[in-house]
Amino acid sequence: MTIATLEAIPTSYTPRWLTPVLLLGIAYLIIPLVGTSYLFEAILLPFLALSLAGVGLNILTGYAGQVSLGSAAFLAVGAFAAYNFNLRIDGLPILGSIFLSGVVAAAIGIVFGLPSLRLRGFYLAVSTLAAQFFVQWALTKFSWFSNNSASGVIDAPPLSIAGVEFNSAVGRYLFSLTIVAVLTFLAYRLVLSQTGRNFIAVRDNETAARIIGVPVLKTKLIAFGVSSFVIGIAGVLWAFAYLRTVEPAGFNLDRSFQILFIIIIGGLASIRGAFFGAALLVVTPLILSRVGSFLLGDFFDSGVLDMSQRIVLGGLIILFLILEPDGLVSFWDRIRKRTTTRLLRQ
Amino acid sequence: MNSINRISGVHTATYLPVDIAAEQQNARVYGNEPHPAGKIALGLESVSLSFGGVVALENIDLSVRPGEIRAIIGPNGAGKSSLINVISGVYRPDRGHVRIGHDRFTNVPTQKLVHLGVARTFQNLALFKGLSVTDNVMSGRAHKARSTFLGQIFGIGRSPSEEVDAHDRAAKILKFLNLTDVGNRLAGTLPYGLQKRVELARALVAEPALLLLDEPMAGLAEPEKVEMTKFIRAANREYGTTIVLIEHDIGVVMELSHYIAVFDYGRKIADGTPEEVRADQKVIDAYLGVAAENIDGGGI
Repeated sequence: MTIATLEAIPTSYTPRWLTPVLLLGIAYLIIPLVGTSYLFEAILLPFLALSLAGVGLNILTGYAGQVSLGSAAFLAVGAFAAYNFNLRIDGLPILGSIFLSGVVAAAIGIVFGLPSLRLRGFYLAVSTLAAQFFVQWALTKFSWFSNNSASGVIDAPPLSIAGVEFNSAVGRYLFSLTIVAVLTFLAYRLVLSQTGRNFIAVRDNETAARIIGVPVLKTKLIAFGVSSFVIGIAGVLWAFAYLRTVEPAGFNLDRSFQILFIIIIGGLASIRGAFFGAALLVVTPLILSRVGSFLLGDFFDSGVLDMSQRIVLGGLIILFLILEPDGLVSFWDRIRKRTTTRLLRQ
Repeated sequence: MNSINRISGVHTATYLPVDIAAEQQNARVYGNEPHPAGKIALGLESVSLSFGGVVALENIDLSVRPGEIRAIIGPNGAGKSSLINVISGVYRPDRGHVRIGHDRFTNVPTQKLVHLGVARTFQNLALFKGLSVTDNVMSGRAHKARSTFLGQIFGIGRSPSEEVDAHDRAAKILKFLNLTDVGNRLAGTLPYGLQKRVELARALVAEPALLLLDEPMAGLAEPEKVEMTKFIRAANREYGTTIVLIEHDIGVVMELSHYIAVFDYGRKIADGTPEEVRADQKVIDAYLGVAAENIDGGGI
């Protein structure tokens, strides 16, 4: 994996805040007016939750260089922790449950990050599988976590802040959008700070980082904690805003890989990359199913769809690793640069 | 700052190019007289190191005074890099002690090295390729950060002033080393010679009392060597930094160093001024090679 992307290098003369503000303006003002409920339910809600999870994993893997295969575990921790906080603490506002669930995910993330102090690369990735299997097992084994529901399924509580309901498709979209926007902004602040530089220093050369006085162990644990916090909250959005009903089995290894693919395809060590990657991963199956049923008709059933999805996704990842190792972000930047220079020339 | 005073025993005020003029006026130039009062910036006491039976260092004694430029030379495999790695705690010696200022270690704590006032560069570049040049140099101030990551995210507490301070110091060092123009480039995209210089900048920004340079000239073209020599000498003179450097280019070493230690097969075979070392028969033998009959008077 080549990781050499940095967003701090300006490619054009527009101010850095302009694009995010414009996008947020469209997301808040225009999309709720024109969007259909299909757009919200099938595209935007999973997109937002997966993007946030991608941002979280990118802090750990893209910036700090610690590969993790346990993202889905932290999604699950977030979802089930928020469910329990909401259920068991009377009068705790939903945002309080969400914040606390992030804290719980961060704590568990730090515990499962401890092997990173001794293990690197491939071995660390394998050790993060422990989180993946342990969390899924614990949530299934102890029915307390799902309030003794027979199948381990939990239902999302209604979303409301200070009496305002967010239970319609648009409402849940705006709820997710706000949380994602705030956390993304904070993540952006983090990666540009001294701690963010420490992340990259540890990733690029751990020995040199230690010698120049970067607190390597602390930096790794901060990366695990912050990353798990963000992924945990993404899990709450996945469970409460998108699916509304989740079970532990939904947070399996496939989901962990999905999030890893999001940041590989989108671009490692790039906040924007998580959004690019998530967009591609959410939209590809939908396009595939449309195109497939148009071309092949009835033969293209859900089984074939599922298979062809995996094949197309696998192919995409191989293509990206070979042709565009820095992900969609660098692809996008190149196109933008080329068009701006062409426009300026005319 | 404490660490610096502790080692050099002399008040080194601030360590920035703005103060260069003032320091020159004070005429407190270490350059030609590296002998303040018998103090020791770096000392090795009977240090031995071996890798599974292969002896890398054998009973090495070395003492470097504050303000000195000390070169360590020797043929390939003489143990020069091992020595720097022992001093910076990357390797743990089998026997012996390392003195840094007033502290004596059997095993130098790498993580605390910078707090002891020691910085180093690497033989094969060890820059952070994914960071810009400025960020690389700023990371040399990471050990000074007292703000928490939460403070940094929300921009509260000490974090904003620390960030400004680190940025200013990095900018000054970059200016000093003529790197200002490439400040925004990713370090990994620079030509080799410039990367070497960025590494020097990253080491200097920590205001080390003792700077270890592992082959600073390796892979540089002749004009780059001239420049690098100038920078090393300037760092020594204007900041009073003690410098220990490993180098293959004998011309550079003779010109730059106050004292030279010569290593061969893990042993120190000579130690003295450039003139003394140049005239030393053992050194000549080690460099030119000597046939067995010349010593023993017999053939093979």
